Amino acid sequence: MKITEQEVRYVAGLANLNLTDAEVARFQADLDGILEHIGKLNEIDTSNVEPMAQVLFDAEETATLRADVPAPPLGSQAALANAPQPGAGYFKVPKVIER
Amino acid sequence: MDTAIPSLTIGRVREGLLSRRFSAAELAAEALRYAQAENPKTNAYLHFSPERALATAKRVDDQLARGEDPGPLAGVPVAVKDVILTQGVRTTCGSKLLANYVPPYDATAVIRLEQAGGVIIGKTNCDEFAMGSSTENSAFGPVRNPVAPDRVPGGSSGGSAAVVAQGTAVVALGSDTGGSIRQPASFCGVVGVTPTYGRVSRYGLTAFASSLDHIGPFSRSVKDSATLLGVIAGRDLRDSTSADAPVPDYTARLDGNVKGLKLGLPREYLKELMSETGDLISHGVDVFQSLGCQVREISLPSTDYAVACYYIICTAEASANLARYDGVRYTFRSQSSDTLSDMYRNTRGEGFGAECKRRIMLGTYVLSAGYYDAYYLKAQKVRALVARDFANAFQEVDAILAPVSPFPAFKLGEKVDDPLAMYLSDIYTITGDLAGIPCMSVPCGTTAGGLPVGMQILTRHFDETTMFRLADAFEQAQRG
Repeated sequence: MKITEQEVRYVAGLANLNLTDAEVARFQADLDGILEHIGKLNEIDTSNVEPMAQVLFDAEETATLRADVPAPPLGSQAALANAPQPGAGYFKVPKVIER
Repeated sequence: MDTAIPSLTIGRVREGLLSRRFSAAELAAEALRYAQAENPKTNAYLHFSPERALATAKRVDDQLARGEDPGPLAGVPVAVKDVILTQGVRTTCGSKLLANYVPPYDATAVIRLEQAGGVIIGKTNCDEFAMGSSTENSAFGPVRNPVAPDRVPGGSSGGSAAVVAQGTAVVALGSDTGGSIRQPASFCGVVGVTPTYGRVSRYGLTAFASSLDHIGPFSRSVKDSATLLGVIAGRDLRDSTSADAPVPDYTARLDGNVKGLKLGLPREYLKELMSETGDLISHGVDVFQSLGCQVREISLPSTDYAVACYYIICTAEASANLARYDGVRYTFRSQSSDTLSDMYRNTRGEGFGAECKRRIMLGTYVLSAGYYDAYYLKAQKVRALVARDFANAFQEVDAILAPVSPFPAFKLGEKVDDPLAMYLSDIYTITGDLAGIPCMSVPCGTTAGGLPVGMQILTRHFDETTMFRLADAFEQAQRG
């Protein structure tokens, strides 16, 4: 096995993803098959290859920067319009600190 | 109105408006009526935007009345994939998490197409957050292929391909990260274009894998995609990866003359292609030869590693991009949580569908401590090799011909239980995304069973012009 049940539960924790036991079993099997295929990459020699993070990386470093000009922001009303629980101009969440 | 909506092109809409055969408002109303009536056959639209459509149409009519040019897309009914933000019009990304999300701003591509007179009539169904190759991963039910209703339309932009094939929109916008425009275009028998990375602003495109995401057009003719791309392309200060390169008139050289162009056939793509799809592709290659193109075999030696490379990079980027759906800002929140961390976990556990969870898991795994170098960094190096393969090939040839998918549209439910098989079928499309070069699917005939097959054309960075010239000449030759 490329990945254990324990690792699946650990990764789900890192991803803040609550999984059912059935999902844990399913993803363990799925990830195992996918990681097995991904293991193919060890066959290819990349020792003298620079990693490619972006497509159009040969441009000047500053070519993608715009002028730093102030512009009107979205505004809190629009930003909060889709919040499940807005309140007093903020996003409300369950209590974090006990009194 | 004496106009059949499914037979419209951008040119016919323009001619109808200028000759006063119909107004933009009449056309918008008729297109909405027709699309709403036909939609139950495919489930391709998730929702319609009549208020916005009629407002744009009225503006076009007012401009025409004043003798002004209302733009190259004047009055054209357009559909937009539901991962592209439309202010005031619900944008769900095919996800339960965003079932009620109404964006506070427009994507740049949306602004540009409306400024050009395009009339957005609705938003199209897709795989959840554009993750999938069949549109079966939508939280709002799958889309049926208009050509064969028991089959998938492809994905993830299955809804956009289907509305264009069905005739319930003239053109549509989709998005492509690993083939999500070209593969559904191939499955539905329409034209679908993935432009150069950075050619079209990603501002307002819901992020899946940011270094691979593209917006691009669907249409029933090559010329209409060329027109639509010309409208949405170009530098946008709101997307720092959008390219500062001039946008040529992509329709200017669609004259059918492609004599002398050098075309490459990648031997790695054809070695296992022996089905009806293979026969149609080799017939298509003959058509290009009869048009005076010189065809030669080329090699893209890193092809075998592309799927593994792609599924590391795209899931890693997706796991980061999807972290924002935590129940705080975007409509859906689990109601069964007492603490903040439970709220995050439960919201995501209840909100995401299986494929999104699978990719978040894989992406988190490959980025986690101890694995970064072995997976993510390795994949970025292999990506450089895939890009180098294309750069080497384009020293010899002007364009590359390839299949889009190893098979035509498959049956609904046929592949949902085998994610790896589904991933492996993306082999011919993900390479273009990894390299960031322009690529498109143009119809290349149908199988004996009547299923469409697309021919893929790939060209150098920013050389969409050659790609459109070849596709247009091919389309004309096939029409005879």
